[in-house]
Amino acid sequence: MSSKTRNGRKLKLVVYGLLSVLCIPFVFPTWWMVTSSFKPTSEIFAYPPRLLPSEWHFGAYREVFRLQPFAQQYWNSLYIAAIVTVGTMVVASLAGYAFARIRFPGQNALFVVVLTGLLIPSEVTIVPLFQLFNRFGMIDTHWPLILVPIFGAPSVLATFIMRQFFVTLPKELEEAARVDGLGRFETFRRIALPLARPALGAVGIFTFLNSWNLFLEPVVYLSSKEKFTLPQALTQYVDAYGGPMWDVQLSAATLTALPVLVVFVIAQRQFVEGLAHTGLKG
Amino acid sequence: MRLSSKTADRLAGWLFIAPQLAGSAVFVFAPLCMVLWYSLHEWNVLADSFEFVGADNYQALLDDPSLPSVLRATGIFSVGLVVFNLSLALLLAVLLNQRLRGLAVYRTLFFSPVVVSLVAWTIVWGFLLQSNGGVNGLLQAVGIEGPNWLRTGPTAMVSVIAVQVFKNVGLNMVLFLAALQGVPGELYEAAQLDGASAWTRFRRITVPMISPTILLTSIITVVGSLQVFAQIAVLTQGGPGTSTTVLVYYLYQQAFQFHHFGYGSTLAILLFVIVLALTLVQWQLRRKWVVHEQ
Repeated sequence: MSSKTRNGRKLKLVVYGLLSVLCIPFVFPTWWMVTSSFKPTSEIFAYPPRLLPSEWHFGAYREVFRLQPFAQQYWNSLYIAAIVTVGTMVVASLAGYAFARIRFPGQNALFVVVLTGLLIPSEVTIVPLFQLFNRFGMIDTHWPLILVPIFGAPSVLATFIMRQFFVTLPKELEEAARVDGLGRFETFRRIALPLARPALGAVGIFTFLNSWNLFLEPVVYLSSKEKFTLPQALTQYVDAYGGPMWDVQLSAATLTALPVLVVFVIAQRQFVEGLAHTGLKG
Repeated sequence: MRLSSKTADRLAGWLFIAPQLAGSAVFVFAPLCMVLWYSLHEWNVLADSFEFVGADNYQALLDDPSLPSVLRATGIFSVGLVVFNLSLALLLAVLLNQRLRGLAVYRTLFFSPVVVSLVAWTIVWGFLLQSNGGVNGLLQAVGIEGPNWLRTGPTAMVSVIAVQVFKNVGLNMVLFLAALQGVPGELYEAAQLDGASAWTRFRRITVPMISPTILLTSIITVVGSLQVFAQIAVLTQGGPGTSTTVLVYYLYQQAFQFHHFGYGSTLAILLFVIVLALTLVQWQLRRKWVVHEQ
């Protein structure tokens, strides 16, 4: 008995110890980003490294807004991600519901067709898409960053997740509503959709993050600074020789990363569990 | 009455999927056909020339002196990423699945980089990996002289892989954790009574029971690894030399820096074929070693 508890204590120590060491590369960068952004330039590469700034400097933050229309760029990223998130949720829940619940001719074949979109990464089609948007005068506008994610390959995974979720919902509720004379759309909107909130939340979260992280597409489509999104803007803080202005980049990175991190910490239960307990479970 | 409701249902079904279907047609399938068509052309945007050349671009692809190095970099990156990512994700999930207090805090910490903006995360790591940066500062504190991570061949690749793994391993970790929690405890108890060691239990019970999740995460991770762009563009610009020039980065250079749209399209077809082949192979493997399929 006592050897068992001793073993238990040893196991506990090993688990906590391992986890504490392993989490350094996950936590330290964020810490380093935030604290370094407040350090005076002379201290940024100081040895030995300082975990906190000797005095708190806000100069780099002023530079962030002076060198680029950063507030505008922030707004660009935010409103694009918001539209893409809502749009994807609408498109994917409609299609996911139909594939899971409604019987119509060609259903299975069409589901397979849509799913093959998963095998076509957006990098494969970027040249023709560039050409398409060029023809419609949409280069250096936000349209490509909005339309492609909502309707193109990225929303296919969302549709798949929604379908997997709707399949698991008990049919009885919807059947009762239908007997009461509710039409398909009303049944979907009033009965099925509210029940699908966990899946919808997961879809919303990863859609938002994907849009927020998008890098290749803005680099390809956008050329004027006031149109840039955040990821692209972050890389533009360079000196005359093209070398990064570290303190300014880190301040801009902090402004980009921190709000989402704070939201995550507040709502982390929904975040993590929502992602784990949807169709992704396989 | 019944018939009309059936018709209404059919109509509803079509209407519900219409946006997704039309979107896929316009933004996925039509461009896929176009990219195939473009790959048969010599197309220089700057010179405004568009000329049918048949399979010339594919011949050029085979003759491209950069191709072996691009494929090697892509292969090393993908294999390194998948192996490192999945094994770390599984290790973390197993550790977090213990019945101990306070593990939810660790779960949050490991997951947190997932929500940090990708380019912000990459910039911070770029900063940390400078020759006089934080990583070498920490190493120096324990008496190790660190290399110039991003400017020497092998360490540049290792760095790019590690930065990407730390960013996203939390996702796979959470999926593994959910799968582990679904494994019935009786299985372990029975095995323990039979005297099976912890390692045997892991290999003979845990791995088979969560094999569907292993398959799913490996497909997602493999496809994701082939799409890496931002990390390369920010950290190494494909260098030093061409040691981290992976396929998507090379495609971007050819199409959007050198304006060879035709050859860029040929590279896109190559990317598509690789993704398709790898997914099919994994899907076949599923029959062999994924245990319980619904």
